[in-house]
Amino acid sequence: MIEVKNLCKNYGKKKALSDLTFSVKKGEILGFLGPNGAGKSTTMNILTGYISTTGGSVKIDGFDILDNPIEAKQKMGYLPEHPPLYPDMTVAKYLSFMFDLKKVSLNKQEKKQAHIKSICNLLKLDDVYKRIIKNLSKGYKQRVGLAQALLGYPEVLILDEPTVGLDPKQIIEIRNLIKGFGENHTVILSSHILSEVQAICDRVIVLNRGILVADDTAFNLSNVEACVKYTAKIQGDEAEVLEKCKQLDSIKEILSLGEKEKGVYDFIIEGEVGEGQDVRKSIFDFAVENNWILLGIHTNEMSLEEAFLNLTKDIKETDITKQDSSQVEQVEQVEQVEQVEQVEQVTKKDLIINNIEEEKDVSDI
Amino acid sequence: MLAIFKREIGSYFNSAIGYAYLAVFYFFSGLYLFLTSLAYNSSNLSGVFGSLITISMFLVPILTMKLISEERKQKTDQALLTSPIKLSSIVIGKFFAGLFIYVLGILITVVYAITLSFYAPMEWTVIIGNVLGIILLGGALISIGVFVSSTTESQVISAIVSFAIMMFLFFSDGFFQNITNPTIKEFFVQMSFFTRFQDFTIGIIDISNIIFFISFIVVFNFLTVRTLEKRRWR
Repeated sequence: MIEVKNLCKNYGKKKALSDLTFSVKKGEILGFLGPNGAGKSTTMNILTGYISTTGGSVKIDGFDILDNPIEAKQKMGYLPEHPPLYPDMTVAKYLSFMFDLKKVSLNKQEKKQAHIKSICNLLKLDDVYKRIIKNLSKGYKQRVGLAQALLGYPEVLILDEPTVGLDPKQIIEIRNLIKGFGENHTVILSSHILSEVQAICDRVIVLNRGILVADDTAFNLSNVEACVKYTAKIQGDEAEVLEKCKQLDSIKEILSLGEKEKGVYDFIIEGEVGEGQDVRKSIFDFAVENNWILLGIHTNEMSLEEAFLNLTKDIKETDITKQDSSQVEQVEQVEQVEQVEQVEQVTKKDLIINNIEEEKDVSDI
Repeated sequence: MLAIFKREIGSYFNSAIGYAYLAVFYFFSGLYLFLTSLAYNSSNLSGVFGSLITISMFLVPILTMKLISEERKQKTDQALLTSPIKLSSIVIGKFFAGLFIYVLGILITVVYAITLSFYAPMEWTVIIGNVLGIILLGGALISIGVFVSSTTESQVISAIVSFAIMMFLFFSDGFFQNITNPTIKEFFVQMSFFTRFQDFTIGIIDISNIIFFISFIVVFNFLTVRTLEKRRWR
């Protein structure tokens, strides 16, 4: 459905995208993942024909976005990073305008107003249907933006951070909506919420500084480096637990997250991977042996963020330096090396703590 | 095109711009009608039309300043440029929306003429020439305004630059009076909107003047399309 070949985009001397190639099949939900400035929005803007490419081609259902823009755009619905809303219009008038602008063609039985109403109903916009857009909250504005992308139920839906500004209940509803929509349409979405990409997308493309770092399923990506980590809640002396556990063979590493409740400490424990080896049993037995009270234990799967950092770490020595030394000025190289160093400075502990917090956020949702 | 046109008209009247523009336009045209015709018991509307071109020059930049710059600032151009419509439709829709409001203002002179015709004989050819001329002139001014608006995100810059260009075109014959080279001098005289408009005011509908204004409209609308298209250049 979407064919992207050798896509390049330069902003002056800065390379925003370099040699991006991927394709998306019908009925597939593809996630774009990457840090700020990775080129996610640039790619989406090129796919939708908003900006041009420096090189390469984009085909939507066989139509080249630059040679046959009208046909290609007819098949797409796009929600950019900032929803393109006219603040002086009411939701009803705006959607009616977008309907005309996109030249949506409906079945003979379906009327324009009924179609718009059904989309508003889907996105819970009925309450604000007659209100002026500038008076709406951010969440509602985001939903109106999503509504205009859905008009005519296009074959390809491109969404740049679709759940930004929504409340937790809405996030789940919108995710389900996108998932349902993706069953028989093609969806590309970008997100900085990693759990979101994991939850919705069949496939994930990881971008870093305009280079495709990985193209795989979310599941495979988070299993790039298998390691088993657990969070254990132990009531006991922190120093004693740390010291004694380090002596255990089955425990590879242990880190304390500090006192979370009175007298109760959280520990991150990484077990040695081996057949028939389960570090949880050892922790339990060891706790009993030392008269500590084990209040809880749960598995920390490696998140996409960790996988992502691993991936971006891998490319730093190879692709980027190769490309930079030949094409980018020395000044830029120095900047990039500094950035890479910064990434390296993120300690393992910080990473793990981030993951825990993120998981908590998700469980709150 | 029609969708864009309808939205822009709606936008003029959703905000105060449309009402403010028409109110100011009607006020000054009424004032000049009184000062140049009614006060002298005359049915000659030339004074009104003469003053309207100055009023237009001040007001048209306000009418056109937001047409495209606002879209860029609000990022709504993403909706327009990713929709399956031609860039020319977007520009023409916006141009005609501006022209529509402008013509709504100009039509007040027809109301004056009809009202006066009950009390005095009117020179209809002169009035038709004037109305036609001022509409063509307005079209040219609006196309310049839309073009300038497409080059910037700032409405203020858009209005100021449009005004500067319009003023230059109006008085280009006056500005370059001292030029000794006859070819260059003639060029500026011919480019002057004021000179071109003069013929219309005395009822002469010269085809070359009509073509002059229409070419101006076409050229500037084309330039606007190219400005929008620039994003898509490799």
